[in-house]
Formats: sequence, C-alpha cells, structure tokens
Amino acid sequence: MSEGLPADGRYGPAPPDRRSLVVAERREVGPYVVISVEGPDGPAAAPGQFYMLALAERWGGGTDERPFLPRAISVMDAPAGKLEFMLEDVGPGSGELCSAQPGEGLMVLGPLGRGFRPAPGRQPVVCAGGIGIAPMVMLARALGPGTPAALGFRDAPHAEAACLLPDAQVATDDGSAGHKGNAVELLASILDGVPEAEVYACGPPAMLGAVRKLCLERGAGSQLALESGMACGFGACYGCVVPMATGGYSRLCVDGPVLDGSLLDDDWQVAYG
Amino acid sequence: MSGVDFCGIWMRHPVINGSGTFDMIAAVEAFGDEIRQRFPFAAFVSKTITLEPRRGNPPPRLYETPAGMINSIGLPGPGVDGYLENDLPELAALGVPLITNVMGPSADEVGELFDRVDPRAEIAAVELNVSCPNVRTGLDIGSDPRELEELLGAVRGRLSKPLIVKLTPNVTDVADIARAAEGSGADAVSLVNTLRSWAPHPDRPGEPWLGAVRGGLSGPAIRPVALSQVEAVASATGLPVVGMGGISSAAHARQFLDAGATLVAVGTESFRDPLAAATIAAGLA
Repeated sequence: MSEGLPADGRYGPAPPDRRSLVVAERREVGPYVVISVEGPDGPAAAPGQFYMLALAERWGGGTDERPFLPRAISVMDAPAGKLEFMLEDVGPGSGELCSAQPGEGLMVLGPLGRGFRPAPGRQPVVCAGGIGIAPMVMLARALGPGTPAALGFRDAPHAEAACLLPDAQVATDDGSAGHKGNAVELLASILDGVPEAEVYACGPPAMLGAVRKLCLERGAGSQLALESGMACGFGACYGCVVPMATGGYSRLCVDGPVLDGSLLDDDWQVAYG
Repeated sequence: MSGVDFCGIWMRHPVINGSGTFDMIAAVEAFGDEIRQRFPFAAFVSKTITLEPRRGNPPPRLYETPAGMINSIGLPGPGVDGYLENDLPELAALGVPLITNVMGPSADEVGELFDRVDPRAEIAAVELNVSCPNVRTGLDIGSDPRELEELLGAVRGRLSKPLIVKLTPNVTDVADIARAAEGSGADAVSLVNTLRSWAPHPDRPGEPWLGAVRGGLSGPAIRPVALSQVEAVASATGLPVVGMGGISSAAHARQFLDAGATLVAVGTESFRDPLAAATIAAGLA
C-alpha cells in the first residue's frame, strides 16, 4: 500500500549547495546507463523526486556547443549513502551524463520537487514507459511486494530494463519481448481487477496522456511523473510549466514533477512542443 | 570590499539579482530557511510586477543555446495587489534592500504602479522595465529615446524613491536611450535585458520552438555584448549602472565593474547554482 510514501511527496527541503560528488559506479542495463554517486547530504530522496545534474568537467563544448544547463534527472534509487540515476542518451546533456566514468565529478543539486504521494484506501498500480521505469524502482519498494505493474518498451533490448521490476508485466511495441502493444493496454487489463486504483505513472507524454484518459474513464486516481526541460529546478526560471484545469500554470519543479492527472488541463501536452 | 552606496542605498557588496531570475518564495519552498540565512544577494530585485495578474506565455518557454539559453516566460505574476499583500512582507524579512521592478504599457499604468509602490517603506527603489510596447503607439518604450522621455516626464513626479531604468539591448544605440533616461529623471540604469531571439523547432523546419515564438537570450553567450553596452552607457552618462549579462564568476563581475558598473547582477548563473552570487561576491571581496 502507499502509506510508506511521505505525505507531501518529500522528506524535507534540500540543501541549497550545489555539491560535487564522485561517480562511484557505472553499469549498463540494456541501452540505458545507471550511475551511482556517493555521499549526498540533505534529506533522503523520495520516490519521484529529482536532482539537477551536470558533469563537473566536460559540460559544454559538445554537440551544438552544449550542454549549458544542468539536467533534471529523477532518482532511481537511494541505497544508504548513495544515489542512483538511470540515463538514456537523447541529447547533448543526457549524452554527456551517460558517458560519466567512475571517479569523475558530478555536480548535484537536490533532492527537488514533490514525488509520489500516498493514496489511502486505494490500491496502487504502477505503469511506466521506457526510461520512465527509473523512479518506479524506489517507488515499487515503498509500495511493497505484490503491487501490480505494467511496463512498456520499444523493443526487447530496451525491455532488458524490466529486470529492475521483476514482477511487472511487460509490453514491447514490436512484440520482441512480452505482450505486443503498449503499457497502457496492460494497465487497462490490470484495472479490470482493481476497483479502487491509484495509478502511479511515468513515461513519455503520449503514454501519460493515455494513462490519464484511462484513469478518468475508470474512476481511478492518477499520479503522473511529468518531465520538462528546466533551467533551475527550484522555481526560479518559470520555464517548466504545464497548463492546469484551473486555467493557470504549474511549475513542474516545485509543484511536481508528480501531478494529479485529474488536475491537468485537457490540453496539457502543449508543454511538449 | 566594504559595502557600496547605490543611489543612497547601502549594500554590503555589489552583487544583486537580475529581475525575474530568483523566486525567493519558491526557493524557500525548495531549500527551507537555509536559503534565507545564506541569502546570496546584497539587494533583492523582484520579478516584473504589472497592474493586473498575468498568466505568462504558453509553453515551451525555454531553449538551450551554445553557452546560454532563450527564455520566453511572459512575465507571469500576481499583479501589484498580490505582490504588495503577499510577497512583499515575506521579502522584507530578508533584511536586504528591496528593489521592485514594474512595467506598464502606458503612462497611466506606470503612474498607477508608482502610486501603489511609493508609500511602501519596505521598498528601497523601483526599477522600470521599459522592454514593453506602448499600447498607443506600438513602439517599444525602451527602444525610442522620445518614447522614454515622454513616459518618464509623465510619471517621474509620482515616485519619491530612486528610479532605475532597465534598458533593453535590442536598440541601435543604447547610449542614446540612457541619455534620455538621465535627462528625464532616472537615478540609475540597469543593463542588459535579454537579447531578442528565435529558437528553431527541432522537428518542424521553419517553425518556432517557443510557445510565444520569440524569446530573450541570456547567459555567457551575451557577455561581450553586455560589456560593450555597459561601457558605452557608463561613458555616455553620469548615472550609476547595474551591469549584467552572462556573469558567472567574480572575474566576469570585475570586468563589468571595470567597465564602469557600480553594481552587477547575476541571473542565469543562479539557475545553475542558487548560491552562485555568494561565490561571486566572495571572490570580489
């Protein structure tokens, strides 16, 4: 059940210092890279929270003379004295982070934002697409064994990451592993057997849009871990906004990145260009 | 460095924030009281305050560039009532001089903003954002010396506090604009605002990435342009200058002070490191 999650999605404010930590380990999980760093201070990271990351050296001067800004990366896990991040090379920033080697310095600010929250009286269900599996590793542990989970990947090599959530159902777009189709189809059949569900989801905007729609149709709650380019991560730049049903905007960095799907504007995906 | 006198306001060091680059209330949410205790700026400049609340521009609002970024935020804010009632008391607890940045599309609106902020003792000075089209003529107030003279001539008498005019770099000759500000009652100028920019959509050739089409470039990419304009304005007028544009180290701040600035402001670098201004101030001491 979800009572193991902090009520407001975090354990406390972060230290304002941007710290240089040392990359302790780097491993590959299918096409993804997992790096761990040692010695974070501040409060424990809660599932769904993120850190702003940049390499201490080699930041800038890459493709298109970038990256310049740090990258907002959700925490995959936080074993004692360590932080683990899962990365996919999708651009100049994530590409540099993927290339980080043990012993290299990583600039870290966080933990930031509000992660997943408890939903008393509801049965938690996990749904993730692609790299969106990352925050689910720590979340699934907090939710406890037996939490149903649906994972979607584009193909079998990417689906190797499903080993991080061993009991999950798996779909691939091309059918090369698990169910041929997507995670939301698996989620729909899970929800058939769960009358009072709270869906915890992370993945690409199109997938989260489908999860949100399905949950609204089924009367399930949805907590969506959204993603956005961010300059700061702490509410200063107002760059990471999504439109809300109230007519205003929410900043993903301070109000999210996990938001209640029912509170988003129906046109929220405009935030993704 | 043992403090700076800026328009009669004493500051403990010469490093402040650029308007709209640090949301103190959100920072306290993210970092707790520690950010108050270790507040990095010698004075705090508010985001741009308008008469009515503003929602801001549709996303996407950011685009990373070589050594910088384009923003198209659109000045979201609570309006002057919300600012004075809710934000100002919290900002006053910081214990540093407060500079309130305001903007309006007409002399009537700017005059009303001056009327509203002038009685508030918590505010040490007002910064006027003139990167705004005149609702009557459509011309950017800050890109035409006569527009600026007309505006300041109409409203300057309604503000007893020091007035800083925040200049836009998107002009033919910034020194001309600065001289117009000096001749119409400005006590100081700050520059540069962001450089007008356009971000290409990565997947749709010819289309803009930003929701509001155009934005403003900031960060180290603009530093040489900013230095040039600060030097030009400091040479052309006798006004104190707040210099900014891509400052990310004490050495950069020193370049602006050497070019004639009295204060420097840090903006984009605070996004990367919330305590960057403290490091810069310590490096100047």
